[in-house]
Amino acid sequence: MKRIFSVLVENRSGVLSKISGLFARRCYNIDSLVVGETDDKAVSCMTIVSSGDERIMQQIEKQLNKKLDVIKVRTFEEPECISKELLMMRVKYNSTNRKDIIENCAILGAQIVDMSTSAFLIQVCDAPEKVDLFIRMMQPFGISEVARTGTLALPKCVD
Amino acid sequence: MIMTGADAMVKCLENEGVSVVYGYPGVAICPFFNSILDSEIESVLVREEQNAGHMASGYARVTGKAGVAVATSGPGATNLITGIATAYMDSIPLVAITGQVNTAQLGRDVFQEADITGAVESFVKYSYIVKNVEDIPRVFKEAFYIANTGRRGPVLIDVPIDVQNATLDFEYPDCVSLRTYKPTVKGHIIQIKKVIAELSRAKMPLICVGGGVLLSEARDEVRAFAEKYRIPVVSTMMGISAMPTNHPLYFGMVGNNGKAYANRAMNECDLLIVMGCRLADRAIQQLNLNILSEERTVVHIDVDPAEIGKIMGPTIPIVGDIKHIMKDFEKQTFTNDFSDWLTILNMWKTEMAPKRRPNPDYVDPAEFIRIMSEKMEDNAVYVADVGQNQIWSAGYHVVKEGRFLTSGGMGTMGYSIPAAIGAKKADMSRQVVAVCGDGSFQMSFMELATMQQHHIPVKIIVLKNNYLGMVREYQHYTYKDRYSVVRLDGSPDLEMIAAAYGIPFMRIANMDGVEDKIDTFLSWEGPGLVECLIDEYDLVK
Repeated sequence: MKRIFSVLVENRSGVLSKISGLFARRCYNIDSLVVGETDDKAVSCMTIVSSGDERIMQQIEKQLNKKLDVIKVRTFEEPECISKELLMMRVKYNSTNRKDIIENCAILGAQIVDMSTSAFLIQVCDAPEKVDLFIRMMQPFGISEVARTGTLALPKCVD
Repeated sequence: MIMTGADAMVKCLENEGVSVVYGYPGVAICPFFNSILDSEIESVLVREEQNAGHMASGYARVTGKAGVAVATSGPGATNLITGIATAYMDSIPLVAITGQVNTAQLGRDVFQEADITGAVESFVKYSYIVKNVEDIPRVFKEAFYIANTGRRGPVLIDVPIDVQNATLDFEYPDCVSLRTYKPTVKGHIIQIKKVIAELSRAKMPLICVGGGVLLSEARDEVRAFAEKYRIPVVSTMMGISAMPTNHPLYFGMVGNNGKAYANRAMNECDLLIVMGCRLADRAIQQLNLNILSEERTVVHIDVDPAEIGKIMGPTIPIVGDIKHIMKDFEKQTFTNDFSDWLTILNMWKTEMAPKRRPNPDYVDPAEFIRIMSEKMEDNAVYVADVGQNQIWSAGYHVVKEGRFLTSGGMGTMGYSIPAAIGAKKADMSRQVVAVCGDGSFQMSFMELATMQQHHIPVKIIVLKNNYLGMVREYQHYTYKDRYSVVRLDGSPDLEMIAAAYGIPFMRIANMDGVEDKIDTFLSWEGPGLVECLIDEYDLVK
């Protein structure tokens, strides 16, 4: 089972280490972890994707709540939220594959944000499985390097 | 009022009602120890920093308030870690204060620098490194509040030397404002009513008490509740002394080293009410894993929501402070009669009583502990160390109205002497006896000097078998008597150790006249060291 934990924490030094240390010490998985400031400079938001059985998921939530730097923990599963990841990829091109690469980008909504005479720098911002798909589609062309952020998520709007 | 950070640290301790700190100086904490000279607060100089943690722990367990341990930066701070971790595992309130190198030098690996807040992260409730002198009053106020509330535990405050030397306008805050820390005290009334409904239906209910009952100072309330409805009680090791040993409703300690009839009661009851106990592995290994079945209801009461469901999912969880919850229980009533169940339990208690075959050439540790504890004062504090001595103590020590202290979670050898010193310092009118083995004695007997220097007289009983007995026993069963690094040859003559420290000594070689001997050393005015020679092949099982 995969679950997303959206954790509001005090924006202080050492908090990231305390939270990641908690996962390490108690043998919880971190599939991805993204941290950034919120609209309030004193508060950061950590988006942590973890997987495990129901008991572990409950323990993660309780143990996070025990941490004194944690202000609020929300958990949700993917259908309940909008989740996005940012990926940047460098791909070498030549005259034979150039059109195919551009076509793939167009199909999957990726943007070419920079280029040289031999390489594209491509950006994708999409749901995590779309990002995986894009990587798979680009593999035949020879990927030089990839950087991706990990999942960011917020619950869907409900009236 | 303008003062230095070090003066402010001392003022904070005064404001928190601290009367004694246990510590060891070094350059990085010298401003603090300089300021404390102008205060009424007593500094007890330990002989190794770990023991400052254990003394603060013994102190906290007797007073119910956080004990304070102080160490310098680097090795002073790292030595303290085992003391902090021991307190953490048993939820003992502690405030550890460490000196630190100059803020400008932090992170440069200068002399005696250690990242202590990083190193203790998984053993503290919270930790601070104070980089701004103005933060000292708030940080201290918060630290004591955090240590003493909710699930108790240690908090570390690391103060760089330049912060101790800087000046501030001191004002101690009246209250804390922590948006992230609001422990639940009051139990949910609907859950409490559910438990009452279960109790009115149950035929074989059982209360299992843990250390949380003692930490929330709820032992009178729990006992009154059990007595009112005649509900039997068992305890974990940390819960020992929540009930008097000879109470007709008490059926001993559960767990690996517990009483067989207590474990059977846990397995066969139809309603198990767990109070202030985290169901640690050693406490529940003997249990039928299907303890959660349709025929059984498990109620788990704990102040820490993360403990509920960590090991097993209860039918009825209640989060809150036990003392508070027991007051809500008192307001509810039910009628039921458990006398048939008590008859069965008493039958098991007789049938399944442990049978020992002591070697008559030596002191029988079990019988010695039973006789001695019966002779001890009603409110005495008995501190057991770790090893065979701990299991014999847990099994045979007779609690009246006193306390039983031990390192239950961490199992830290060497705990008993410093913890006994802390316990005695907390209440000099109480009789305090530490019981250890010759292995654990040698881990902390340097503190005999602390005891003498600060006139804190405790009695220390060493059960001497010239072995690390618990490991030897494990090797006996697991490796068929292939003993590896467990013989304590080369150990010092304890009579000479006692003489060297100027402490009265007694050697007891066998059970002849043991009652008189116990009377004698218990009547000694000051401290005492008693060596009991026990059979090196004796077993706890």
